[in-house]
Amino acid sequence: MSLWDGVCAVFMVAGAFFCLAGTVGVLRFPDVYCRLHALTKVDNLGLGLVVVGLALQSGSWATALELLLVWLFVLISSAFTCQLIARAALRRGAAPWTGRREP
Amino acid sequence: MTAALLDACLALCLPLLAWLVLRTESLSQSVVLFVAMGLLSALAWARLDAPDISLVEAAVGTGLTGALLMHTLSWTDERPPDVAARARHRPWAVVAMAALTGMLGWAVLSLPSDDPGLTREVDAHLAESGVEHPVTAVLLNYRGYDTLLEIAVLLVAVLGARAVNPRSERTTPEPSRDPLTGELFRMMTPALLLVAGYLVWVGEHGPGGAFQAGAILAGGGVVALLTTRLGTPRMSSWRVRWALLTGPLLFIGAAVAPLFSGRALLEYREAQAGTVIFVVELALTVSIAMVLWMFFPGMRPARAERSGKEPS
Amino acid sequence: MNPWAVYALSGVAMFSVGLVGLFSHEHPVKRILASNIAGSGVLLVLVALARREPTGAPDPVPHALVLTGIVVSVSATALGVALARRIARIDATAKAESTGASDPEAGGGSA
Repeated sequence: MSLWDGVCAVFMVAGAFFCLAGTVGVLRFPDVYCRLHALTKVDNLGLGLVVVGLALQSGSWATALELLLVWLFVLISSAFTCQLIARAALRRGAAPWTGRREP
Repeated sequence: MTAALLDACLALCLPLLAWLVLRTESLSQSVVLFVAMGLLSALAWARLDAPDISLVEAAVGTGLTGALLMHTLSWTDERPPDVAARARHRPWAVVAMAALTGMLGWAVLSLPSDDPGLTREVDAHLAESGVEHPVTAVLLNYRGYDTLLEIAVLLVAVLGARAVNPRSERTTPEPSRDPLTGELFRMMTPALLLVAGYLVWVGEHGPGGAFQAGAILAGGGVVALLTTRLGTPRMSSWRVRWALLTGPLLFIGAAVAPLFSGRALLEYREAQAGTVIFVVELALTVSIAMVLWMFFPGMRPARAERSGKEPS
Repeated sequence: MNPWAVYALSGVAMFSVGLVGLFSHEHPVKRILASNIAGSGVLLVLVALARREPTGAPDPVPHALVLTGIVVSVSATALGVALARRIARIDATAKAESTGASDPEAGGGSA
């Protein structure tokens, strides 16, 4: 394994870590807004770091560009869907978590 | 080793998720789980060297079906809560199904394990089919009648779906007050059109084709329905009718034409096969996109908000 | 075990799960989901069987069939959903008439 592979591996493991952290957040966080916050970390950082690792590993500019495009589109759609879900939840009256335990 | 682990993991997760989908009491949760299952099965298809199916699964099987089911949940509040989504416990059904699983599993495992199927035959005649991608050759040349009948099924389904719900139910969405909605559609439209065009073109020699492209276009149409003022297309419009019919009509024309020069149904001339298939695919893309888009009934944002407490 | 056999067994299991669900649920959306799951199982078995020869390209004929199958299953889902919507509407109207209530949307809350 060369140094280059090592760098790619570091990126991908970091990405996998963010995916894992985001998933734990989705499962554990108290309300829909916090869960969305955790989820966007998966899309932005998790996928982004995995894409960087894969693009460095791919060995061709065309493939690297395609991978970055995938990330870009996921970023756009996740930014919008996150906003829309949060707005729909707010409109339906889902109260944000305030840090106090339910009685 | 890693690959075998991934395969085993996917193969275990799929039935588990399927069970969870049916087990979960909240309908919206089970739809979300269903979408997750669909995405995992897209992965499984990629692992089984079926990129065409993976694309269609991600776009149609998961994306459009998920959106359709999610959208359906906006009317389930009409159902009285006592007809809940809970399963009735029927032990005999579980026992019978376990027996069926065993039998089917045994039957599958007793099949010869290195049967190439029809790969050789398809490869041998690929040069005559007019395209280079074997799946496209099977879809539009060797077994073109399957695809032709499938388009008929799609048309019947959309007619049926529109016929059972009278027009008065299909309200157009109220004008959006949201600065965000619509922006997504505007940003994504050029990319959607580009991807759809590319998929039709690439179908000739790689994974892609009319189904994938039509599904992508329909997905864009659904985003437009959900985020812009654009209403559902009306069946009474002539443009809609022609868009629905171009694919089937052109395909029927291309299928019947060889009969007049003494050949069999769908037996294209070798020199023209590539062009004929490309034109038919283009027309099918339009019709498939239209059909899939028409499956979405109008929005009901006003009512959904009015009834709106967050179910917990 | 061969990779194709793993996926074929997974498909068999999905089919059975879907079939059990189809028989044990009352709610139309759950039934639609169940039949979709059973269908996915069948498709998975087909694609797995196409991959039996370990080298070379997989058999394209089942692939084409499965492509067709996915699109047909989404149209069946759409038709099922439309029918379920109709049934829900008829039920709501009948209920409103029998109880004398005028608003058929009053019984909300199960979504």
